[in-house]
Amino acid sequence: MYEILEKEVLSETVKRMVVYAPRVARKARAGQFVIVRNDEKGERIPLTIADFDAEQGTITIIFQEVGKSTAQMGQFQVGDAFANVVGPLGHATEIENYGTVIMVGGGVGIAPLFPITRALKQAGNQVISIIGARNHSLLFWEERMRAYSDELIVCTDDGSRGRKALVTEPLKEILQQRKDIARVWAIGPAVMMKFVSAATQPFGIPTIVSLNTIMIDGTGMCGGCRVTFTDGGSQFVCVDGPEFDGHNVDWNLLLERLSFYREQEQRALQHWKDHACRLDQAAETLEKERAHG
Amino acid sequence: MAKILPTRTPMREQDPQVRARNYEEVSYGYSIEEALAEAARCLDCARPTCMPGCPVKIDIPGFIRHIREGNYQAAVDLIKQTNALPAITGRVCPQETQCEGVCVLTKKYEPVAIGRLERFVADWEARQGPPPLPSLPPPTGKKVAVAGSGPAGLTVAADLARLGHKVTIFEALHEAGGVLVYGIPEFRLPKSIVKREVDYVRALGVEIVTDFIVGTTATVDELLEEFDAVFLGVGAGLPWFLGIPGENLGGVYSANEYLTRANLMRAYRFPEYDTPIAIGERVVTIGGGNTAMDAARTALRLGAKESIVVYRRSRAEMPARQEEIHHAEEEGVQFYFLTTPVAFHGQGGRVRSLECLKNELGEPDASGRRRPVPVPNSNFHIEADVMVIAIGQSPSPILAKTTPELTTARNGTVVVDPKTMKTSKRGVFAGGDIITGGATVILAMGQAKTAAQAIDEYLRTGVW
Ligand SMILES: Cc1cc2nc3c(=O)[nH]c(=O)nc-3n(C[C@H](O)[C@H](O)[C@H](O)COP(=O)(O)OP(=O)(O)OC[C@H]3O[C@@H](n4cnc5c(N)ncnc54)[C@H](O)[C@@H]3O)c2cc1C
Ligand SMILES: Cc1cc2nc3c(=O)[nH]c(=O)nc-3n(C[C@H](O)[C@H](O)[C@H](O)COP(=O)(O)OP(=O)(O)OC[C@H]3O[C@@H](n4cnc5c(N)ncnc54)[C@H](O)[C@@H]3O)c2cc1C
Ligand code: SF4
Ligand code: SF4
Ligand code: FES
Repeated sequence: MYEILEKEVLSETVKRMVVYAPRVARKARAGQFVIVRNDEKGERIPLTIADFDAEQGTITIIFQEVGKSTAQMGQFQVGDAFANVVGPLGHATEIENYGTVIMVGGGVGIAPLFPITRALKQAGNQVISIIGARNHSLLFWEERMRAYSDELIVCTDDGSRGRKALVTEPLKEILQQRKDIARVWAIGPAVMMKFVSAATQPFGIPTIVSLNTIMIDGTGMCGGCRVTFTDGGSQFVCVDGPEFDGHNVDWNLLLERLSFYREQEQRALQHWKDHACRLDQAAETLEKERAHG
Repeated sequence: MAKILPTRTPMREQDPQVRARNYEEVSYGYSIEEALAEAARCLDCARPTCMPGCPVKIDIPGFIRHIREGNYQAAVDLIKQTNALPAITGRVCPQETQCEGVCVLTKKYEPVAIGRLERFVADWEARQGPPPLPSLPPPTGKKVAVAGSGPAGLTVAADLARLGHKVTIFEALHEAGGVLVYGIPEFRLPKSIVKREVDYVRALGVEIVTDFIVGTTATVDELLEEFDAVFLGVGAGLPWFLGIPGENLGGVYSANEYLTRANLMRAYRFPEYDTPIAIGERVVTIGGGNTAMDAARTALRLGAKESIVVYRRSRAEMPARQEEIHHAEEEGVQFYFLTTPVAFHGQGGRVRSLECLKNELGEPDASGRRRPVPVPNSNFHIEADVMVIAIGQSPSPILAKTTPELTTARNGTVVVDPKTMKTSKRGVFAGGDIITGGATVILAMGQAKTAAQAIDEYLRTGVW
């Protein structure tokens, strides 16, 4: 079992956990991910390794509650454990001194962006970071990002923090002003990565995105995670990625594949809520009986 | 001697209409009376033609003789000398091309139902409680790592444990059993049977570590620092795709994904289990092997109204077990033979139809079967909302990529010496689908037995 050693609430829907997984911690590198399963009936869901400590045998995961599995994870407490954690999976990020780079992070994507930002800064890059979220309460790790950025721009959709803008706005401005941008990284919702890629394409700047396709095994066995490229070819995100050149990705198909199970996902969440509710009621009744007895 | 009955004793089965909608096992297996009746059909040949047909050379007349004498335990023990998993092979071996295909009776009659008898004694043994553990020799102090917990890995681990070696199995998924748990469905091979075999291997002292990808979580070289030998039994998990337009539309699955969702992840019990699967009004499966039959029949059980198989050759060339094709037909699966898919078409990112060409049979190809040749302009569409591609698979490149000294063939299979299952890398052995590409349970197990002997010798002598 993979015990939860720390739990922290980063924003309304985003939580951070430190999990005991020594085999993964020993091998992990920035950009790689794990697959976790909550319990014996759980699905296998991929999560980026946001940080790791080989000596302590721990990894850090940061997740946004978007559906049944992540909502259930959010209820887990220190001392609880995941049924399974397997990894590290996927290729690590290639860290080099590229010159000046722009790091774009949206929502929960800021978490996996952070270790890459830190590594790039330590490798000597000039780092400009742009982070954004829907509103102030969904934003986190601003200070951490600032510590490894030469320049940090914060945006929110509603202007409750930083600039009232989408991350692509300041990005486009910088690209127009500066001719020395060597590379752009973008991690966040697929739609955000799509528009970041569209923004950098006219400038011909290599743009690395970290794809979050639906996965099962994470080892190249099912092909469910496949991404289609603009030239019609395709690859498996779990073993060939998760990072790809955003200019090659067929974003529309990627977005459609991501929403394929929407109806079932809603049913799963509802089923779980009903069930969790019944459990709560049962616990309450039990408490009352105890109090009376 | 009494006259031989020309036809074999039938095996009772669930009604096709009913079973096509549930996940319970299709066939009930023989009762004692039925087994005795069938055993009586065996001629106990002095030179049994059936035996060479079995890849692990089971003493078939010998075990059937024990059945006739009512000595079921002796029958199982005899089988288990060369076949560790008779409850499984009795159910899934392609008997018609192996033991039964060359039974002397086939000259005039139906062959003896060897597979059903093998299943009968194995199931009989299971009803007697957990199998007694053999007395294990004192530990040799040698340690062996086994990658993969399919039939190959389980067999090699059991054999080596019985020889006193300390064995650890490393499995990538969260459950042990390989294709037996993620691929072959419950209605054909109940998971409880696989679990019993896994429990037995554990009871022999084998440790099974799940969530461990050899090559990634630790490389083969790292394992060799801790273990005296390594056996690679990771199967052939990389699914093939057709490479035709529209293949990445939502609703187009590889058979591996479709069956893994349904079996390993229990999507047929969604939302009690978390993993979803698209049900589909009409499901089209492309391919003609066991995997295709499993997918097409799973589709019905998940609730599809129609299930259609598209195969590029004709019925006679289908590589699936006869029984599976027959069962699929009985359950209402429809077949489009001599049909080649050319494109998937969809709307809003979801698949809607499969465009196909009709084929004619041309000259024989390398496999000796007549090659299907598409007829120009014979295009037609099959409408469906779920499509499953079941055209084959090859070994995953993960091990080869992370183990430089491992020689592989062009199709990704690991090259071994067939006498010892030694790979090109010292201390590393391999067997099962990783060396053959998608094959059979019994072949994987046979190779594992050969490997176990060679590993034992290597551990004792140190000679490579
Ligand atoms: C390589 C990789 C790394 C990821 N890293 C993180 C991370 O660090 N933090 C984080 O919060 N999320 C991450 N994700 C996404 C995360 O896996 C999904 O949010 C999660 O599986 C949703 O499960 P759910 O049951 O809570 O929601 P669901 O109800 O299943 O789905 C809600 C949304 O999540 C998407 N989704 C559903 N299942 C999967 C799946 N198996 N894989 C990916 N997306 C899915 C759906 O498209 C849908 O939009 C990552 C995904 C990948 C592929
Ligand atoms: C749907 C389907 C139906 C079939 N039907 C039949 C049938 O009716 N009769 C028959 O005889 N054969 C059938 N077969 C073929 C048969 O199942 C295989 O030939 C057999 O399982 C091969 O055994 P194996 O031990 O080599 O590999 P597998 O059974 O594939 O087991 C390999 C195991 O290794 C694990 N693994 C993979 N990579 C790694 C890694 N890097 N590290 C650790 N673990 C890893 C996998 O998760 C898996 O559990 C069928 C196959 C399929 C897919
Ligand atoms: S193992 Fe398979 S081939 Fe051999 S006797 Fe049994 S059913 Fe026949
Ligand atoms: S060949 Fe047929 S009849 Fe002869 S021993 Fe084998 S099973 Fe019996
Ligand atoms: S998740 Fe199955 S192949 Fe990538």
